[in-house]
Amino acid sequence: MYQYYAKWIREGKLKVNSDWNKDLKIKFTVQDPCQIVRKSYGDEVADDLRYVVKSIVGEENFIDMTPNKSNNYCCGGGGGTLQAGYKEQRLQYGIVKDKQIKSTEADYCIAACHNCHSQIHELSEYYGGNYSVVHLWTLICLSLGILGENERAYLGDDLKEVAVYGA
Amino acid sequence: MAEEAIKLGGKRKSIFMDKVKKLLPEGGNLNLCLTCGACSSGCPATGLENMDPRKFLRMAALGMDEELTSTPWVWMCTMCYRCVYACPMQIDIPALVYEARASWPRETRPKGILGSCDMALRNQSGSAMGTPPDDFVFVVEDVLEEYRETQPAFKDMEAPIDKKGAHFFLNQNSREPVTEPDEMVPLWKILHTVGADWTYGSKGWAGENYCMFLADNDSWEKIVRTSINTAKELGCKVFLNTE
Repeated sequence: MYQYYAKWIREGKLKVNSDWNKDLKIKFTVQDPCQIVRKSYGDEVADDLRYVVKSIVGEENFIDMTPNKSNNYCCGGGGGTLQAGYKEQRLQYGIVKDKQIKSTEADYCIAACHNCHSQIHELSEYYGGNYSVVHLWTLICLSLGILGENERAYLGDDLKEVAVYGA
Repeated sequence: MAEEAIKLGGKRKSIFMDKVKKLLPEGGNLNLCLTCGACSSGCPATGLENMDPRKFLRMAALGMDEELTSTPWVWMCTMCYRCVYACPMQIDIPALVYEARASWPRETRPKGILGSCDMALRNQSGSAMGTPPDDFVFVVEDVLEEYRETQPAFKDMEAPIDKKGAHFFLNQNSREPVTEPDEMVPLWKILHTVGADWTYGSKGWAGENYCMFLADNDSWEKIVRTSINTAKELGCKVFLNTE
């Protein structure tokens, strides 16, 4: 999906921009999904992912985790662990990811993978990081000014009322 | 003059590692370990159940099959492949973990994963939540109609199901249609905006596959084939995984 998002932005079919965040300066980081990046398409798709993210939130508002791309740490939500019943160990596993995210001081972690999304959301609550976790599609539509009020379940209060379609 | 070498007693008993080696290209490089520990030092699962990737592999090499095939650690490792990425010898430890999962009698594997796999086998959706095709179709059509009516810019938006000849076959994680249907909409809007020719399938629409996590190969394949065959029958060119 990220390759297509990037392609469509490059071709001018998705006319995204980061003006909405010029004054807000809300900071974002991104989780590289293991399956898509390390296990399938490599750093190239991770670069596409960053191109998309920077295009919609502004380059100066993107902070990468360290390490990242193919060398990124798994969040702990993959491999079936969300349903495996070892919750305590899963949260223990996630400490590495939680610390990585906290050290970016980002307000949001973009997780364009369902397992990552669930796990990181739980990590934020459990370890009190207070960062929000959001799908990429939400931010693309926000940036295009076409995100309605009912499509903002994962946006924090800072973005609930920004560029609402139909408002 | 060195002392006489220590001789290990008994026959080497490893069957498990030999079995896994046969399954993998280049034997998964399982006998190339330099014991450097790059795998374990960068593994978030290191320490859980007093286990780590290097230890797991060493235990396999030493033939500690009983311990390997009974430790619950294999259900805590996510098989993320960072250990392989870090490994100078590209040793496929996750494949060893996968086969260790598969060695558990099916009914003893974690209930949640087992239940999600069995749900997916109940009907043609392949959904870990057991959602039948009709319910999926209903939710998609219902949500689409609502958005077409309330958001004028999207009055012509489509969310096709089983559209013959569509370029993209898009799958959908069950979480959205079942628990938060509004979350399906932003992606539809993006596809509408770029003029993409796409479709869902009423069969094999679900993107998740817990049978894979369960290490149940036949069921994993069955679910994947349902999706792929649907995409092929519709004549789609690109199989597109949702975010």
